[in-house]
Amino acid sequence: MTALARRSPAGVAGVVVLVLLAVVAVLSYLGLLPYDPVAQHPASRFLGPSGAHLFGTDQFGRDVFSRVAAGVGNSALIAVVAVAFATVVGTLGGLVAGFYRGFADGAIGGVTNVLFAFPPLLLALSLASVLARDWFTVAVAIAIVYVPIFIRVTRGPVLSLREIEYVKAAVATGQSRFQIMVRHVLPNIASIVVIQVALSLSWAVLTEASLSFLGLGTPPPAPSLGSMIFEARSLVFVAPWTLIAPGAVVVLLVVGLNLLGDGLRDTLDPRNRGRH
Amino acid sequence: MRGFVRNRVVRRVASTVGTLFGVAVLVFVMLRAIPGDQITAGLGTEAAGLTPAQLQALERYYGLDQPLVTQFFTWLGNLFTGNLGYSARNQQSVLELTLHSLPVTVELAVLSIVLALLIGVPLGTLAASRAGSPRDAAGQIVSLAGLSIPSFLLATTLLSVLSASFGFNPNGRAFATPAEDPLLNLQQMILPALVLGFGIAAPILRTTRAAVLEVRSEDFVRTARAKGVPERRLQVRHVLGNALVPIVTMTGLQFGYLLGGAVVVEQIFSVPGIGRQVLLGIQQKEYAVVQSTVLVIALAFVLVNLLTDALYRIVDPRVRAS
Repeated sequence: MTALARRSPAGVAGVVVLVLLAVVAVLSYLGLLPYDPVAQHPASRFLGPSGAHLFGTDQFGRDVFSRVAAGVGNSALIAVVAVAFATVVGTLGGLVAGFYRGFADGAIGGVTNVLFAFPPLLLALSLASVLARDWFTVAVAIAIVYVPIFIRVTRGPVLSLREIEYVKAAVATGQSRFQIMVRHVLPNIASIVVIQVALSLSWAVLTEASLSFLGLGTPPPAPSLGSMIFEARSLVFVAPWTLIAPGAVVVLLVVGLNLLGDGLRDTLDPRNRGRH
Repeated sequence: MRGFVRNRVVRRVASTVGTLFGVAVLVFVMLRAIPGDQITAGLGTEAAGLTPAQLQALERYYGLDQPLVTQFFTWLGNLFTGNLGYSARNQQSVLELTLHSLPVTVELAVLSIVLALLIGVPLGTLAASRAGSPRDAAGQIVSLAGLSIPSFLLATTLLSVLSASFGFNPNGRAFATPAEDPLLNLQQMILPALVLGFGIAAPILRTTRAAVLEVRSEDFVRTARAKGVPERRLQVRHVLGNALVPIVTMTGLQFGYLLGGAVVVEQIFSVPGIGRQVLLGIQQKEYAVVQSTVLVIALAFVLVNLLTDALYRIVDPRVRAS
């Protein structure tokens, strides 16, 4: 963190944005929002932003701030679960493929090639459309898309680590392969994985938002940033806040993650060390 | 040497065929995972009225009573003869649908890529020309915006603002192919291409900046400068020329992504491309359409990536030599 602060002020800005949004997300999980995000109040439709309704109300009189907050919580949950799954499975796959070579490498490489043969959004879309629709299956669909990316970014470095003296020495001292992977290889690819996690989170948020915009994400009336933007598209001139609020927040969320990812890359990637 | 090259080409082709077979299996399995089976999914509420005998007859008609492996190979065999299935909704074969929608998406993708290159390459070169300067920071902000603004948000905003404030909404009219009405076609394509191009400009800008920075520190650039090559020629011919390799790769990759990734923008602007064909198939529960179209897109994607790889070998003589 201090290294990040020294090397990348933009990265710190990303962290600040994300912390703010995380607070909002946590408030929504704890049910501490000013209004129920799905409760309809026909009497207070299309109210402009005010003290009572920070971001105004929508066509059903629902509080836009509460809905955006719950949407952030929802997006964050799906993105984190999806990327966590992809990180664990993908890193493990990359480790095994790069370290054991042979059949395991061939098999994992084959699966990776097949998953890479689809444009990412199309794969997520097709998967989300055939799975039952709830937040978890959306997360699974996104996770499957990102598994091969983690396999690919970890396999290469593992291959070269295999040939490095201290790993060879560890082999010579008779440590088990599992021990070597955990003790000597994994710590050395950790920074690559961390950078990839930050960047993948931003893609995952965008993908989730795109899916819910298309009506293939979290089913309504649960608030999701993508579906809020979809509903607001015809209300731009009646109630611009219904579009601006979720739009600005989704951009902020992705910007925060991208800044953090770039900052981490500048800080952690060995190729960038000593450049600044 | 030649044997080695041929061997590598053979291996590449074999691995591509293997990948495509895997893709076919995945698409097939995915569609079998649909909750409820294909017949009831297609009929919707009418399915409740079917007698068990009718259901059985339908299953036999569609070959759904066969073992899965048989069904898979029947489907695959049909694909090879150009039978991609039939869309009852559109009263057209999936092949016909695809022959109409694929060129639309390709046109959109080409336009988007051209716009992205027009934005990304000059800005990336400019940013790299003085790393750390305000112009570099400006480049970073443009690329951050391109990476962070969801295409559907940009598309929605552009469409509503332009149509309501300026009455500009060519996409509200029936879609025209370039052959039917080139001017209207261009009007209908320009907004979606701008939205997509802006998004793709970001990775192209970043790649250009990094590549230019890297090439500039090479010895041959210093030699050229010492030799007295004019600065403009140096930047364009020596630096940008050598930075082209990663830019070409990134462009090819993005072009491939657009084949399926343009779906959201196609949907918003009612552009009848291949992504929209998949989406309509999903919404209308026409799984035969989805299955074959997704396969066609994956095939096109793999081919584009192969071509990018070949192009990359042409642009970079070092790769050919090694």
